[in-house]
Amino acid sequence: MNNLTTTRESRAGRTAAMGLMLLLAVYFLLPVYFLVVAATKPQGDLAATNGLVFSHFDLFENLHVLFTRSDGVFGRWALNTVVYAVLGAATGTLISALCGYALAKFRFRGREFLFSVILGGVLVPTTALALPLFLLFSATGLVNTYLAVFLPSIVSPFGVYLARIFAGASVPQELIESARLDGAGEFRTFFSVAFRLMTPALVTIFLFQFVAIWNNFFLPMVMLQKESLFPITLGLYEWNGQTARAPLLQESVITGSLVSILPVIVVFILLQRFWRTGLAAGSLK
Amino acid sequence: MTDLATRTAGVAATPVRRRRIDGGGPRAGTVAAFVTPFFLPFLLFYLVPVGYALWQSFRVVRRSGGQYGTSYTAFGGFEQYGEVLRNTEFWSSIGRIGLFGIVQVPVMLFVALIIALLLDTPLLRAKGFFRIVAFMPYAVPGVIAAIMWSYLYSPQLSPVVDLLNGVGLHPDFLGPGAVLWSAANVSTWLWTGYNMLIMFSALQSIPQELYEAAKIDGASDWTTAWRIKVPIIAPSIVLTTVFSIIGTLQLYAEPAVLRQISSNISSTFTPNMLAYTVASGNNYQQAAAISVVIAVITFVLSFGFMRLTSRKAGL
Repeated sequence: MNNLTTTRESRAGRTAAMGLMLLLAVYFLLPVYFLVVAATKPQGDLAATNGLVFSHFDLFENLHVLFTRSDGVFGRWALNTVVYAVLGAATGTLISALCGYALAKFRFRGREFLFSVILGGVLVPTTALALPLFLLFSATGLVNTYLAVFLPSIVSPFGVYLARIFAGASVPQELIESARLDGAGEFRTFFSVAFRLMTPALVTIFLFQFVAIWNNFFLPMVMLQKESLFPITLGLYEWNGQTARAPLLQESVITGSLVSILPVIVVFILLQRFWRTGLAAGSLK
Repeated sequence: MTDLATRTAGVAATPVRRRRIDGGGPRAGTVAAFVTPFFLPFLLFYLVPVGYALWQSFRVVRRSGGQYGTSYTAFGGFEQYGEVLRNTEFWSSIGRIGLFGIVQVPVMLFVALIIALLLDTPLLRAKGFFRIVAFMPYAVPGVIAAIMWSYLYSPQLSPVVDLLNGVGLHPDFLGPGAVLWSAANVSTWLWTGYNMLIMFSALQSIPQELYEAAKIDGASDWTTAWRIKVPIIAPSIVLTTVFSIIGTLQLYAEPAVLRQISSNISSTFTPNMLAYTVASGNNYQQAAAISVVIAVITFVLSFGFMRLTSRKAGL
């Protein structure tokens, strides 16, 4: 009897749980699904047909228009995004790893003070930095160059924080000592011993910084006027603002949005486990 | 043995090596070589701008010799701050964002918690799929998320509006009362999965034995979730709340995109939009003061919330 009610209860619970999750899944997938459908339609069908149903399949035509519009500026934006986000995150990860490793493994005067200053940086909102940086960069002539977006993007205090935790946890002190006794310099020890042990952690740091740069809209918007220097986000934002005057741009905004988020979503899914290690470590704060 | 002895002797002979025995640290130059590649850009692109913004917020532009005179900047004390506090647009942007935060943050975190708890029970199937689906929006930048949703809000294009019209509802997602919540929905869509994953990671690190004991005592899944799991992951919930408060106060991209299709979002809709608008008018000192005030409010709220919750928990 008692057993029977619990089975019934758990079956009801299971159905309710699945129902709720399915509903939420629809919510999370809806905008992406809409984007996929809309990207395959000719401009005229956007308003004329139901947004959730495929109509005339025009994806390749849309892609062609997207990449040839304004002398192929979209391809340029994509390339810029790779420079800012991929190269920026890679550089950032390397310098964070060096600094975090030193903070975890070397003893030197002022170490804790340095770490506190860097941790304080985690709390500084990046949007608060953009305007003063703009003024400083205008004084030095850096405004409206690649460096104006690239240089501030490589700095990630959170990356140093993660690198310190990961270096402390994954690089045994004895290994460093024995490398030293074998006569290896500190840099050689770092690159040949520590770097390899820290690799999973470095992927996590890279991912976090990549997202931060990929998401940072305010900095490029403040720094850049030249269209040829824009990242995808800023370019699509500008196009989106012109759709009232040039409605034909709508289809390119939609196709461009899809083209730019799909590869990132795929990489995210493939690298899932690295997120979880990073988020678990982040919540130790 | 002899090998070790000679090594130790060698270590003792040179001062550089002796330092290693004392503290295990290399020379100062080596430490600097590791730390500087990060610290120099950190100094130039983090600390200096913060200092510069602070300095600017205490400057004012003055004019000499009437209308055609030249302007120069001078020390103005708290003059800029006084102006921020008297600015009604500043207070309405704060009020808007406050309302947004009081509603959006709890709703988002509650949904995130429910998903995390469900993923942690045997009730669900296809957990990997649901986890990925919820987390996926995190890969989408705020600007693109807002563009996607603005098509779903648009009366001409949206299948959602079509659907609701079909059942007799006529929503205006971009109307004066609704547009704030339409922006809130974009933030919720973007960040629920991220917060869920933080909570889920915390749940996964709870030792299974704890549940065994509860099960023997006859606790249901429901009781286990609310009485055992939630209190244990409370620090993660606090953390996600603090992150969300910080994020809410920085809001810019999503309302800026919605502004492109809705006249109900002004150029001073959020505090950051106000700061940008003021800076575009070349009033950098006032913009700096606004940025500093936003940062101070962020600090106070984040720390206040952490203190409040840790006191409540009796820590």
